[in-house]
Amino acid sequence: MANIQLRNVRKAFGAVEVIKGIDLDIQSGEFMVFVGPSGCGKSTLLRLVAGLEDITSGELSFDGKIVNGLAPSKRGIAMVFQSYALYPHMTVYANMAFGMQLQGGGKEEIKKRVEAAAELLQITPYLARLPKQLSGGQRQRVAIGRAIVRDPKVFLFDEPLSNLDAALRVATRLEIAKLHHDMHNVTMVYVTHDQVEAMTLADRICVLRDGLVEQVGTPLELYENPQSLFVAGFIGSPKMNFLTGKFAEPFKAKTIGARSEHLEVKSNGSGLWKGEVIHSENLGSDSYIYVNVGSDEPLIVRENGTALHQAGDVLSVGLIEGEKLHKFDAVGKPFDA
Amino acid sequence: MVGTFNLWGATKTTLFYLLVIFIVVESVFPFYYAILTSFKTGTDLFRVSYWPDSFSWGNYAAVLNTGSFPRNLLNSVFISATTVLLALFLAITASFALSRVRFRGRGLLLMTILAVSMFPQIAVLAGLFEVIRSLGIYNTPWALIFSYTIFTLPFTVWVLTTFMRDLPLEIEEAAIVDGATPWVIITRVFMPLMWPALVTTGLLAFIGAWNEFLFALTFTSSNDTRTVPVAIALLSGGSSHEIPWGAIMAASVIVTVPLVVLVLIFQRKIVSGLTAGGVKG
Amino acid sequence: MATDTLAPPMAMPGVRIKSELMQQRVRAARWFLLPMLIALAVVAGWPLLRSIYFSFTDASLNNLYGAEWVGFNNYLRWTTLDSGKTVYRGLLVDPKWWGAVGNTLRFAAYSVTFEAIFGMIVALVLNAEFKGRGIVRAAILIPWAIPTIVSAKMWSWMLNDQFGILNDLGMRLGLLSQKVAWTANSDTAMTAVLIVDIWKTTPFMALLILAGLQMIPKDIYEAAEIDGVHPVKQFFRITLPLVRPALMVAIIFRLLDALRIFDLIYVLTPNSDSTKTMSVLARENLFDFDKFAYGSAMSTLLFLIIAILTILYIWLGKVRFDGGDR
Repeated sequence: MANIQLRNVRKAFGAVEVIKGIDLDIQSGEFMVFVGPSGCGKSTLLRLVAGLEDITSGELSFDGKIVNGLAPSKRGIAMVFQSYALYPHMTVYANMAFGMQLQGGGKEEIKKRVEAAAELLQITPYLARLPKQLSGGQRQRVAIGRAIVRDPKVFLFDEPLSNLDAALRVATRLEIAKLHHDMHNVTMVYVTHDQVEAMTLADRICVLRDGLVEQVGTPLELYENPQSLFVAGFIGSPKMNFLTGKFAEPFKAKTIGARSEHLEVKSNGSGLWKGEVIHSENLGSDSYIYVNVGSDEPLIVRENGTALHQAGDVLSVGLIEGEKLHKFDAVGKPFDA
Repeated sequence: MVGTFNLWGATKTTLFYLLVIFIVVESVFPFYYAILTSFKTGTDLFRVSYWPDSFSWGNYAAVLNTGSFPRNLLNSVFISATTVLLALFLAITASFALSRVRFRGRGLLLMTILAVSMFPQIAVLAGLFEVIRSLGIYNTPWALIFSYTIFTLPFTVWVLTTFMRDLPLEIEEAAIVDGATPWVIITRVFMPLMWPALVTTGLLAFIGAWNEFLFALTFTSSNDTRTVPVAIALLSGGSSHEIPWGAIMAASVIVTVPLVVLVLIFQRKIVSGLTAGGVKG
Repeated sequence: MATDTLAPPMAMPGVRIKSELMQQRVRAARWFLLPMLIALAVVAGWPLLRSIYFSFTDASLNNLYGAEWVGFNNYLRWTTLDSGKTVYRGLLVDPKWWGAVGNTLRFAAYSVTFEAIFGMIVALVLNAEFKGRGIVRAAILIPWAIPTIVSAKMWSWMLNDQFGILNDLGMRLGLLSQKVAWTANSDTAMTAVLIVDIWKTTPFMALLILAGLQMIPKDIYEAAEIDGVHPVKQFFRITLPLVRPALMVAIIFRLLDALRIFDLIYVLTPNSDSTKTMSVLARENLFDFDKFAYGSAMSTLLFLIIAILTILYIWLGKVRFDGGDR
């Protein structure tokens, strides 16, 4: 219901500039994920959108209306915090109803909305409990429920899964994806440092680095056409293999990159590089072989099924047919030649 | 070798426990001895004894039934309680501003408040006397409630500021997103979370006001308006030469027992409150 | 979509638009602070200024408003006699005052030193794990909880020359050869005051030091243990440096308290010149001797002395209160 525009947005804390001029358009109903290493400014950027921090310069607008100075409660946003930030002394019901009460909603209306949200998130049995009587996953649902009750135009998530254990994280990720589907006209902005979360949830991802946007695009665009060495290395798991120096020279590039899933062992010896296996990891469905080809870091090659190669084997490694190398120039920009 | 080692270990343990026993006895004995004395009357008083050997409520009856001591007790309760409530009321909002809002001069303001709480009270005595006289509250409880603000207010502000600073930021931000004003955040979100801190701070301020002497001595002039510390300090016997030790000890026990009981009940909280005001800024 | 880093930052000349939220918060903060600031100004700021003012007048208890400005006369004035000799008068050449200053400094130095040492010992004991630790902590809170006046009375009874239990105990144990008039005798009066003060305030010191001790991570000691560092060396090399910030803060709190001491001395050793402190003397002049202006001068000087000592201490000791930003 709301599209968000950032125009040269900057944020400085004292003399330290953490957001260094960001231009970004978030479409109405879109699920946008801010991702990047810690300290890249992604949480600060979200807090600027929320209005919890002042924008130092630049413009932030919702649906074409500049909201730089507007109080958070008047922006039509709801936010889910990393620590859930539930009011410890209020019941689940009171937690969810608090915002509407402050806005002077009618008792019946509040009750209806809270119960609907509770139903959606399956927390109806816990409405009378205090947050401390709930598990981590249940608290997270309450936090999401509290946001839903506000009936926001924009839904903001600040690393909401980082306090959950691995299994719960996957389950909650699914819930959030479902929520986005159900509330398809609500714009969602989601901050995470986990690129898997970003890839699985996002309509579009915004990769941030040092307070600047590195690249914005759909998960697939980022995966297939990273616009910088940084994005190439950040998106995808395991990390893209990078080769420099004498390995890159034949391709007239400063750095070349190849994803491990795009490499294979050439049993006929026709590969691009040759080296000794130093380690192999078996994950069951697939496996990763670490091959020392003489570069700084070993080349990681993905194979289907269990690894057939052991440490000490000498292999020839090349690209799977149809896959291409990523080539980067001296400043880390990709080029095709 | 093993033998000497054990001997050394045993000696160490023994010495340690001797030290522990010494600390406990040395801390408790004067109070114990005051209780002991308070139950002695007549010539028993002037016979040193280490164990309770005579028992009489005479001193307590004398203190509570004659003179203005009951009145003094009431004064102390009223003055201390009012002072504390007043200080807490002013301090809660102030400490929210000091701990939660960024503004220029905040550090300086905090240091000033700390400085006032450590103020030598004698330095303001003359000026305060003038203010109290011109307000027409000399020799009334209000003189003390007014003047005690000089140490209860900075103290409560300082301690509550450190407590409030530790409340999680995200809860406040959640409230902001929910549309809560600072006043709503204080009254409906923070206050319920701060009850323990408020009780602790209030108790410490209460003890401070209860024990105050200089102002109470200076700003009251009649038996009926005094607080208990002054009453005890000025308690005299029938004749001017005889100090009524038994009665003094009974009065001392009466004013001290409630404090000691409170302190022992709220032990942990008091320790955390004291150190919040001191070590951890 | 990557931003062009070479683009000049948008022209935003000097004007920072404060958001509604920040404006609301700063406005609220102002209103929240105002009552407290007014209260402090009325009970502390204004009276302090008036006290200083009185010290430059000839005010007396019954004539506060008709007081006339006399400049520095209360502090120092001189007359030249016919014989050519100059006679100085005033607070700055008053031996009683300097005696009180000496008493106060002596009292503060001794009491704080002993309290720091004993407080450290008690804190180390409380920091150890042993059965009955709770009892010890409860026990040391008792002296702290007892009103100063009450403890002064309790001790003056225990220190009583004829019937005091301390004289009795001292005689029985053979530590004293004869009964001592602790509070009346000018040689022992200060000792008596120190005993009571140290007894009463060591717990406060111990608790503050204990809080500092508990912030030292345990694994440091485990590492030292493994390295075979002797416990005494552990104390001086690890514990003391790490607990120093807490100790320094505890000491300044106590020091400020000791420098303004009034009640204990007023009750325990009234009229003894060997224990009369600045506060006692100043109050005596203000209200008992009807030398209101002279007493004001004393309290002003006392304020100055304490302020200078505090600043020196904080500066030399590099004390940090960390009362700063979140």
